[in-house]
Amino acid sequence: MKTAQPEPVAPLVEHFFRREAGRLVAVLTRFFGWRNFDLVEEMVQATLVDALQIWRTRGIPENPSAWVHRVAKNKVLDSLRRTEIQRRVTLEWAANRPTPREGIDDLFLDTSIEDSQLRMIFACCHPSLARENQIALTLKALCGFGIPEIARALLVPEETIKKRLQRATLDLVDHGVYLETPENSQLIDRLGAVHQVLYLIFNEGYSCSKGEAAIRADLCEDAAHLCYLLCSHPRLSTPTTRALMALMLFHAARLGARVDDHGDVLLMEDQDRGKWDERLIRRAQEFLDDSAEGTTISAFHLEAGIALHHSTAASYAETNWTAILLLYDKLIRVHRSPVYLLNRAIVVAEIDGPAAGIRALREAAGSKSLKNYHLYDATLGEFYRRCGDLEAARRCLEAAKQKTRSPHDLDIIDRRLARCSAP
Amino acid sequence: MTKFLFVYRGNPESDAKLSPDEMQKVMQKWTDWIGEGFAKGWLVDAGDALTLEGKVVHGNKVVTDGPFVESKEIVGGYSIVQADSITAAAEIAKGCPALIGGGTVEVRVFAGLA
Repeated sequence: MKTAQPEPVAPLVEHFFRREAGRLVAVLTRFFGWRNFDLVEEMVQATLVDALQIWRTRGIPENPSAWVHRVAKNKVLDSLRRTEIQRRVTLEWAANRPTPREGIDDLFLDTSIEDSQLRMIFACCHPSLARENQIALTLKALCGFGIPEIARALLVPEETIKKRLQRATLDLVDHGVYLETPENSQLIDRLGAVHQVLYLIFNEGYSCSKGEAAIRADLCEDAAHLCYLLCSHPRLSTPTTRALMALMLFHAARLGARVDDHGDVLLMEDQDRGKWDERLIRRAQEFLDDSAEGTTISAFHLEAGIALHHSTAASYAETNWTAILLLYDKLIRVHRSPVYLLNRAIVVAEIDGPAAGIRALREAAGSKSLKNYHLYDATLGEFYRRCGDLEAARRCLEAAKQKTRSPHDLDIIDRRLARCSAP
Repeated sequence: MTKFLFVYRGNPESDAKLSPDEMQKVMQKWTDWIGEGFAKGWLVDAGDALTLEGKVVHGNKVVTDGPFVESKEIVGGYSIVQADSITAAAEIAKGCPALIGGGTVEVRVFAGLA
């Protein structure tokens, strides 16, 4: 009797199914168009279910990617035989193809798949879509996350994500958007929106106050992965793209050191720098060097410059605070965000002491968004503590607690309050 | 040792509701369980999944589509296992990933298979 013991095969790379989902959705959306996005998602899901059901007992095939593509191609051909779908193929694709079979084979070539993904990035970040819908669509279509996973990552109800996705695909159909080639120079003008979306996704993953650790790390990884895809295309690899890549890599290098053994988040001053990933820091430096072209200095350049100073300092105390201060001054001229103002005040405190930090924060306090930001009060409290004014410190920290509901944030504030107890 | 048939039942739709990452986790559990089975010697044939297509041939030579049963009854796949007793075989089945997501494993004894 045949035993069908599987030959030892390499295990699947992490997130193989999810990455394949993203690739397949890009390829099939290019073929069928946004009007048929539901159909595309069904076909991709069915392909992955086939893989799951067959591989789990028969073993993983030698070339799992090729297997998945073959099954997906067959599903596409099967669907084309159903006449009512034949008419649904996008005209843009159908023109100049010898036969559907050859057309589809072309579509699944490695270079073609990557090209489809790049086109997909621009479509997902199309200017007709609201920012939160661009993010939801990128996470679903490009990154292959499920709706519950996106909801958990963004701390938003599943229904909201579903609505955002529906809105996004409706808008794309209404505006007649198809997957355009990145060679189109008009597309380069829209690179800024792509940068913003990837930056926001990375930040969602990086910010500790939301979601589960595993999904958050995935968001960072995927945003970096997509940015890397941009870097691999000569026209899309602009200085700003490379600066964004550098910024993501500098932050990613510290991910391993941000959490202590109890799962609590460590501030940079408390992190074990030995756990920072030197290899990623070097890669980040390479990208930052490569981004020093031309005359554009974007916010990403400045933020990456700050990250470089942190990443190359032997310790928190030995950080080049003066250089960082200059960079924050430039950043604030570009965009007067509360986060920049706050971080600048922290740097001032490191250079001139906590009293100077208090003054810097008070100067910035005119910004309304800062007033509602719990970190404003928390940082003020920390400065008062360092000045020795424990009363004022406690008052600020209690005020900070009123401005946030995140258990993680409250935990950090409580730990700071504990340091304010009279000896 | 006796040979047993493991019949996996469960709602095939439940796989379709998993996200790609979740599917990969389930895949990994199966790969690990099947690998363990071969390594420890209790797995004789890893078996296969069954697709949803089916025909039923009746005594009067009529062939119908089917069988159409409740989703939790649908046979999704099988494996062949060897163990000293049906209790031992059932114990092995407790580790089967088919049980995740509400499926069941039916354990049957081969009458003649040596």
